[in-house]
Amino acid sequence: MYVAVKGGETAIDAAHRLLADRRRGDRSLPSLTIEQIAEQLALAVDRVMAEASLYDRTLAALAIRQSRGDLIEAIFLLRAYRTTLPRLGTSAPVDTAQMKIERRISATYKDLPGGQVLGPTFDYTHRLLDPSLLADEGVDEPLRKEPLAGATTRVSDILAGEGLIEHDGMLPEDQPPGDLTREPMEFPMGRDLRLQALARGDEGFLLALGYSTQRGYGRNHPFVGEIRIGEVDVELDLPELGFAVSLGRIQVTECQMVNQFKGSAKAPPQFTRGYGLVFGQSERKAMSMSLVDRALRAEELGEDVTAPAQDEEFVISHADNVQATGFVEHLKLPHYVDFQAELALVRKMRADIGATAGESNGPVSEAAE
Amino acid sequence: MSEPLPTSSPPPPEARRRTLSLLARASADELRAAWDALPAKPEVKPVRGPETGLVMVRGRIGGGGGPFNLGEATVTRATVLLGSGTAGHAHALGTDKAKARLGAIFDALWQEEQTRPYVESRLLAPVAARIEAEDRKLAEETAATRVDFFTMVRGDD
Amino acid sequence: MNTNLQALSGGFAQPVLNAQAVFRLLMDGMSRPGTIQTTAVETGQPAPLGQAAAAVALTLCDADTPVWLQSSLAKSAVGEWIAFHTGAAMVQEKAEAKFAFLQASAGVCSFDLFASGTQEYPDRSATVVIEVSAFGEGRSFTLAGPGIRDQSKVSIAGLPAMFDEIWRNNRTLFPRGVDVILTAGASLLCLPRTTKIA
Repeated sequence: MYVAVKGGETAIDAAHRLLADRRRGDRSLPSLTIEQIAEQLALAVDRVMAEASLYDRTLAALAIRQSRGDLIEAIFLLRAYRTTLPRLGTSAPVDTAQMKIERRISATYKDLPGGQVLGPTFDYTHRLLDPSLLADEGVDEPLRKEPLAGATTRVSDILAGEGLIEHDGMLPEDQPPGDLTREPMEFPMGRDLRLQALARGDEGFLLALGYSTQRGYGRNHPFVGEIRIGEVDVELDLPELGFAVSLGRIQVTECQMVNQFKGSAKAPPQFTRGYGLVFGQSERKAMSMSLVDRALRAEELGEDVTAPAQDEEFVISHADNVQATGFVEHLKLPHYVDFQAELALVRKMRADIGATAGESNGPVSEAAE
Repeated sequence: MSEPLPTSSPPPPEARRRTLSLLARASADELRAAWDALPAKPEVKPVRGPETGLVMVRGRIGGGGGPFNLGEATVTRATVLLGSGTAGHAHALGTDKAKARLGAIFDALWQEEQTRPYVESRLLAPVAARIEAEDRKLAEETAATRVDFFTMVRGDD
Repeated sequence: MNTNLQALSGGFAQPVLNAQAVFRLLMDGMSRPGTIQTTAVETGQPAPLGQAAAAVALTLCDADTPVWLQSSLAKSAVGEWIAFHTGAAMVQEKAEAKFAFLQASAGVCSFDLFASGTQEYPDRSATVVIEVSAFGEGRSFTLAGPGIRDQSKVSIAGLPAMFDEIWRNNRTLFPRGVDVILTAGASLLCLPRTTKIA
């Protein structure tokens, strides 16, 4: 039986008003501006854009402010907003070889065209809390140096020169890439759809899965072939003009994970690759994504599927934190009727056991009444 | 990037492409300033928008392989018609509608021979110079973090 | 440059409110098959597209709905106009289209090549919009099915006799099949796949 109940509107209104107050916090402190969040909490903004699957720094910063810094709530807000907008088109694939590089490192080659460029990294910091940041002290201007001339060659292109690494994953030319925001998911899915799901997947979930492959659950001997962070052009083909125009640039992080592959009946021993591409500066996410992308190719490469990270349905079905938080958090909503039914069932089962065990046990008292 | 263009009509698609790309990168302030300084304001009729929507941004598997859908970006576009009958289009990342409207107007003004020099000199050239300076600054700051390896003493061979 | 000014003209003056109003008409029309719905929304469409057909295109088409045009429409500015205002791509293959626009005066083709959905997803089918000469005159049709109490009668001018057979064939595919919107100027009349023509 379903019993509809009403009520709680006053309480809900008051709770939202209280939330607004707590979000603002102490009124004697200046309010955070969107610009401050975008500039000074830029990596939080990047994470929200990546997992909301919506590139817009201002809106992501607004969502972070509105959610009091709860990033999954901010991602949820941005996902909800995107559903209100029409799709105007699809960009040409971004060309990461033409990236305006802000960071580029390789763990496989020391000397490579373009060099190892650290960029703004936490690597090699000592992870000591810096008391000087308690005050608002001045910060030095960055150093400058003449850039190297010439393009920054991809590491995968260097290895490809010797035929030691597989080619980039091709799809049939006439097959449009799948879009999980448009069609319901079906398993097994193509690598194109998996990469879309991973690019918007929860960083913590992908990090844990990537870590599990390193610890032996679907081990695939990874090396960071290359990580590059920087801006790429987004181009849209305009039918009214008959050519593609640039809409501006977005920042992305790309990771090429190089993995050992012993070869198969069809392919000689060579390196295979996992690929990660993420909105914003999100190195941990791009690395985790490339580890999981490679793990999910187990079947394609004739490897045994033994570990959670290799299980496509498990990984892709649980990678989305908006879906996950919705289902987990719904448990706190009223389940009064469901629980009454369970209560009645448990009482009946206990009564039945009591009846078969004989009358000697006496009645059982119930705390839940 | 900012070489002067011949003012013959009609302009080649490559020049229009460059114009539209620079207009997409122009800030709302830059567009507003160029509009305010424009001596004779044209009659402008809105045709479509300004409106905000999404563009699905694609990447390539492995960096150079088959395309896949990476995620969406907000895009605001506008199309206007000048009193002279010239249509202008603008598409730019973000949600700034005033910027899209002005961008479309300047695209139309750029297509007209009389106003193209103004758009080139007062808007496109400064925007191109700003972008070039920003890129240069970023490249130099990044280059300062490039690792120069030097080999330590290896022991006897 | 190669932009056709005719394609840039018109469109909804108030995209949200106008689309909502037309959507309401279509929803009422689909839930009450055979009723005549008339739109008052200005669309400024190029000839020979009708006002109601244009309103349907502006309301329902977007970048995710490829559109097929009968040759009489394809040679006009209609394709560019729909593409500019909705973002929909024009396709040559009927099977790829989510919407098809036809003029009964140029002949109604069989629906066989249009997408009719699958047993699992019967909604993945095309909607066919056919411009006829007029409602309330011409041949009389008796309609029955969900959304119609017992039977209803409607007169449609300009629909060729072979339409009856095309529609019977469409009915045999159920739950698959295409849905039809007949348009005449500013008016429209819906024939969802559930409707029988007696």
